[in-house]
Amino acid sequence: MTTKNLNLNYKIVLDLIKEKSKVLDLGCGNGELLKILKEKKEINSLGVEINEDCVVEALENGLSVIQGDLDKGLDEFQDNSYDWAILNQTLQSTKNPEFVIYEMLRVANKCIVSFPNFAYWRVRFYLFFKGKMPKSKALPYEWYNTPNVHLLTIEDFFEFCKKRNIKIEKSIYLTRNKARSGFLMRNIANFFCEQAIFVITKNI
Amino acid sequence: MGNKIYTETLILKLDEPLKLKCGKVLKNIEIAYETYGKLNADKDNAILVLHALTGDAHAANYHKDSKKPGWWNDMIGENKAFDTSKYFIISSNILGGCRGTTGPSSINPDTNKPYALDFPVITVEDMVNVQKKLIDYLGIKKLIVAGGSMGGMQALEWSIKYPDVVEKTIIIASSARLNAQSIAFNAVMRNAILTDVNFNDGNYYDKKHPESGLAIARMIGHITYLYEEAMIKKFGREFKDKPNFDFGIDFQVESYLEHQGQIFVDRFDANSYLYITKALDYYDPIKEYGSLENALKDTKSKFLIISFSSDWLFTTKQSKQMVNALVKINKDVSFVELESKCGHDAFLLEFDKQTKIIKSFLRG
Repeated sequence: MTTKNLNLNYKIVLDLIKEKSKVLDLGCGNGELLKILKEKKEINSLGVEINEDCVVEALENGLSVIQGDLDKGLDEFQDNSYDWAILNQTLQSTKNPEFVIYEMLRVANKCIVSFPNFAYWRVRFYLFFKGKMPKSKALPYEWYNTPNVHLLTIEDFFEFCKKRNIKIEKSIYLTRNKARSGFLMRNIANFFCEQAIFVITKNI
Repeated sequence: MGNKIYTETLILKLDEPLKLKCGKVLKNIEIAYETYGKLNADKDNAILVLHALTGDAHAANYHKDSKKPGWWNDMIGENKAFDTSKYFIISSNILGGCRGTTGPSSINPDTNKPYALDFPVITVEDMVNVQKKLIDYLGIKKLIVAGGSMGGMQALEWSIKYPDVVEKTIIIASSARLNAQSIAFNAVMRNAILTDVNFNDGNYYDKKHPESGLAIARMIGHITYLYEEAMIKKFGREFKDKPNFDFGIDFQVESYLEHQGQIFVDRFDANSYLYITKALDYYDPIKEYGSLENALKDTKSKFLIISFSSDWLFTTKQSKQMVNALVKINKDVSFVELESKCGHDAFLLEFDKQTKIIKSFLRG
């Protein structure tokens, strides 16, 4: 895969992570992101994934992966044992997002959290005009089969971190084809951006 | 019908006596083994597959006199999980067994009679040390080890004991040690043998063997290998014929167990069953090293651990214990729990998914 074809989300994560870092991908799916990181950044990686078929695919992608449930915690991982923990498009489908965030902050020095922004204008308009649960490329499920049980907005995440004294080091907002960053545009981003990527750390 | 590939079991005689964990020394050890595929010039493409409780060296292909292939024939062969076009696969019968390797039914050189209960109590560690002699004899310095059930324990022990040799370790449907429930089952199975009227303190080789005891042990074993739901599906409450109102074989499930018991006594030695189950009970690297993390700290291997959802004899929880220890000490480990209705037997039967996973792991 050339960098040009990489999806924007992956490209940003790729830019954040230094070569040869130790990376834990929580909810790694079939390991697509880790595979790219491994190829481009020679990272030392481990994936955690709940779905058996995804674990098998990730193994076929040449990755080390452990089948496990994030909602049950990361007991087996020592404090600060990873440079990075990634929660890519997974937060909204955990049963206990608060616990999962605390656990990832415990095991990694820095964490990347990305999620679809439910306050994105198209999502708002979908609900407003159609009166139905919003569906889009980022939210492809029906209300009755969605794994996304904890959808949130950019604003929600800021509030969540502030209340828990979690430090937001970086916030990157994604429209369909552009990434923007900066704290000032938080309100605008909450309306105009489809996805958000945050770098968070423990506020020591 | 595909072309049958024939293989013979070979015997390696060890010149040197071996000191066992119990302190005793065993001499004139013979190891029965088979190999599949070719060892390359660098001798770095070898995989040692390790059998379970009642398995043997005959893991793949066919013997001239038998219609049944080896016990892991679905997994070993060209383009299979353990691909014989790439790897040199070795399988040997364990120490204490009765399928060619020295065990209680072998002749004691001091008495010229079968050892019977004079055979020293052996451990998983001893089994592995004997296998190491075979690996040395074959001139192999780097090795991949793989096994299910008790074979998984041997694989684990290999990674701990020979960290410079083992590069990859595959542990399937296994555990670092038995729990109380499994030890209890083993005790009951041994009791069935020990109390058989023909047992005669193990000295039955020239007389009638303790067949009913051994058959009962096998029947109990079989129950522990099966998943309740699968038993319901396979046997239900079906009668073989109709209720007989006596204590003979009434139900299908009884008939199945009876059959499994009967075919087992023809191929297995009751004393071996005692010794091997005891070795299983004793194996405990957690106690030996203080913790599993400590036991595994010097390993240099990559690990692949597989469990099966319906296996209640060697549970996912037990597999996770090994996974968690390896993660804690930063070792390279992958783990998957495969969905299956085959219970503990799944490692011998569910070869589709295992093949995908093992192939990927071996390639990576």
